[in-house]
Amino acid sequence: MNVSLTLTSTGRQAWVGLRLLLVATVLLGVAYPAAVWAAGRAVPGDDATIGQDFPVADDGWFHGRPSANDYDGLASAPSNLGPSNPDLLALIDERRAAIAEVEGIDPALVPADALTASGSGLDPFISPEYATLQVDRVAEERGLPVTEVEQLVDDHTSGRQLGFLGQPRVDVVALNRALDQALEGAD
Amino acid sequence: MNDTLSGLLTIAALAGLLALVWAPLGDYMARVMTGTRHARPERALYRLVGVDPEAQQSARSYATSVLAFSAVGIVLLVAILMGQQHLPFSRDLPGMPWDMAVNTAVSFVTNTNWQSYAGESTLGFTAQMAGLAVQNFLSAAVGICVAVALVRGFLASRSGTIGNFWVDLVRVTGRILLPVAVVGAVLLLTQGVVQSFADQTITTVTGGSQVVPGGPVASQEAIKQLGTNGGGFFNANSAHPLENPTPFANLLQIFLMLLVPVALTRTFGTMIGSRRQGLTILGAMAALFTASLAVATWAETTGQGAAARAAGAAMEGKETQFGAWGSILFSTATTSTSTGAVNASHDSLTATGGGAALVNMMLGEVSPGGVGSGLYGMLVMAVVTVFVAGLMVGRTPELLGKKIGRPEITRVALYTLSVPAIVLVGIGVAIALPATNDALGNSGVHGFSEVVYAFTSAANNNGSAFGGITVTSTFFQVALAVAMLLGRFVTIALVLSLAGSLARQRPVPTTAGTLPTHTVLFGSLLVWVVLLVTGLTYLPSLALGPIAEALTNGVIS
Repeated sequence: MNVSLTLTSTGRQAWVGLRLLLVATVLLGVAYPAAVWAAGRAVPGDDATIGQDFPVADDGWFHGRPSANDYDGLASAPSNLGPSNPDLLALIDERRAAIAEVEGIDPALVPADALTASGSGLDPFISPEYATLQVDRVAEERGLPVTEVEQLVDDHTSGRQLGFLGQPRVDVVALNRALDQALEGAD
Repeated sequence: MNDTLSGLLTIAALAGLLALVWAPLGDYMARVMTGTRHARPERALYRLVGVDPEAQQSARSYATSVLAFSAVGIVLLVAILMGQQHLPFSRDLPGMPWDMAVNTAVSFVTNTNWQSYAGESTLGFTAQMAGLAVQNFLSAAVGICVAVALVRGFLASRSGTIGNFWVDLVRVTGRILLPVAVVGAVLLLTQGVVQSFADQTITTVTGGSQVVPGGPVASQEAIKQLGTNGGGFFNANSAHPLENPTPFANLLQIFLMLLVPVALTRTFGTMIGSRRQGLTILGAMAALFTASLAVATWAETTGQGAAARAAGAAMEGKETQFGAWGSILFSTATTSTSTGAVNASHDSLTATGGGAALVNMMLGEVSPGGVGSGLYGMLVMAVVTVFVAGLMVGRTPELLGKKIGRPEITRVALYTLSVPAIVLVGIGVAIALPATNDALGNSGVHGFSEVVYAFTSAANNNGSAFGGITVTSTFFQVALAVAMLLGRFVTIALVLSLAGSLARQRPVPTTAGTLPTHTVLFGSLLVWVVLLVTGLTYLPSLALGPIAEALTNGVIS
């Protein structure tokens, strides 16, 4: 441990490296995540949530986006279908026809987020356009006034964060939960 | 506010934040790397591991340290991954098979973070945080050490030494990466990123059951981006709502990826005593980045391609909250910085958007590139540039007061050729194997692009993928591991050797005949050299892949 240690022998370097690595594992691999965990107890704010399956076949709910993994929480994944893959084109056509029929609208009005699978397969959000065109069906199916359902959609719509970041969106999981609670309140 | 304004303001905010921290962080890093004082805990650590912090290393010794440290890292990580069932918080998951463990260990030690596994269904929490995340710090630190060692090579006057790897490693990790990662992790917590040690099973709104995965995500996410690593805690990476829950978190993650590579240009300028030189390098990087971002943004936001036209927008593989603008800014940043995290499926990007991601990697990860590797990659290209300019005027080229002679240009030429050779040989072998056809997730030219993307990503240590390709066969696990290893360590060995060669020289005085390298003219020349080298190497592969697909799409519509 003096100047004669010019750090040349490979074996000695590896030995130094191993010892340093073990120290790093304790500090960076255990202490650091534990400290962040402790900070997490002190920081206000809720943990984020993941999307749930509200399939188009199920009339009583606001429908979410198509998912490449059927909203399996342990298998997040996109479809990875390429931009000109014929299978993807067929899926988009199928989804457009199915949604237009369920909502009773012109197929051209179905927005893009309703026709495409998300990157995570767990997207909890839909576009405000997609939520709006589902209001009439949900209100009728649930026996709730359209204005009340519109209000619920409004309550669960977020604008751009800080006024300019990201896309306006509707949390479809929270919206459907609120829908259930509104019904319980009405009973 | 419309999407275009929102997208442009987001880019402006990103640029503004980076401009704000460029000088302070860059100068701070320069002080950290040149300071002569050791903090008390650092001295204790040096004693504990048996390092003489005052010793100076030759290039050969420095390289031996880097390689020995990385080799030990791979061995320990393979052991952790294969034996994770014996560790706490293993979630009852078995150890990885050997080929996947080797691929993953190499991937994280080389700062690539290519992932042939799905985090939430394959790994326990200890393997993630004490195995993978530790290498997220250390592999990033190694990149910065090598870049600083190269800068010292330019500064040294016949000493032949380029610093002490162990001291550099400890300082980069402890004084730069860890403090910023803590701040980043806490900011991510405020956005809802998870930091827990248990999965939860919940009853869904419709009365079903769903497992909501947990884990030490926030801590890993911060260093994943800051260290330009990119390995997702979950399979969907930063598209996952628990890993990247809000548009602000998205912007923060992009900022963290770019932070160190951008600020290192200032560190470089400050260390060599010419901040304009640092600015010139940054300018070249920014020009390449901006051009790529503009082309890709046009393709994604106008929905080019058959699927995007059919759906009305290019939203396949994208999250509602990020949209086309937030997804393509992320994909440009992640492929330009060798990070490889994704917040959208790159396989489903438009042909032009996906092609831009591919080109960003093919540039050699220099716009601005990975932590450290971006700076040394761009300095190598600067050597090529002065060499080309020297040939034109018939003078011995010089860069930063050092002559670029035969030893230097030999190393630089090998550097420039090594990564493309690995990529192209890898693609050739993979395509020749009949089994590859079954591994592709898409057919036709896009399937070919999946193979090109895989080897380009591995050898350039990016780690993102056209994820439709199945890479769990032993062939792909081993071939891509070899590509990652060679792509990382052949280049590092050549850079350190170059540093040593420069450090043995006596600086030459600047004369009227010296090509000034801190000017807009030089910066432009540098950009053209990068484009020329990339174009000459990769144009055939690009023509068969994304270019063919983009043209076909335009014609068929």
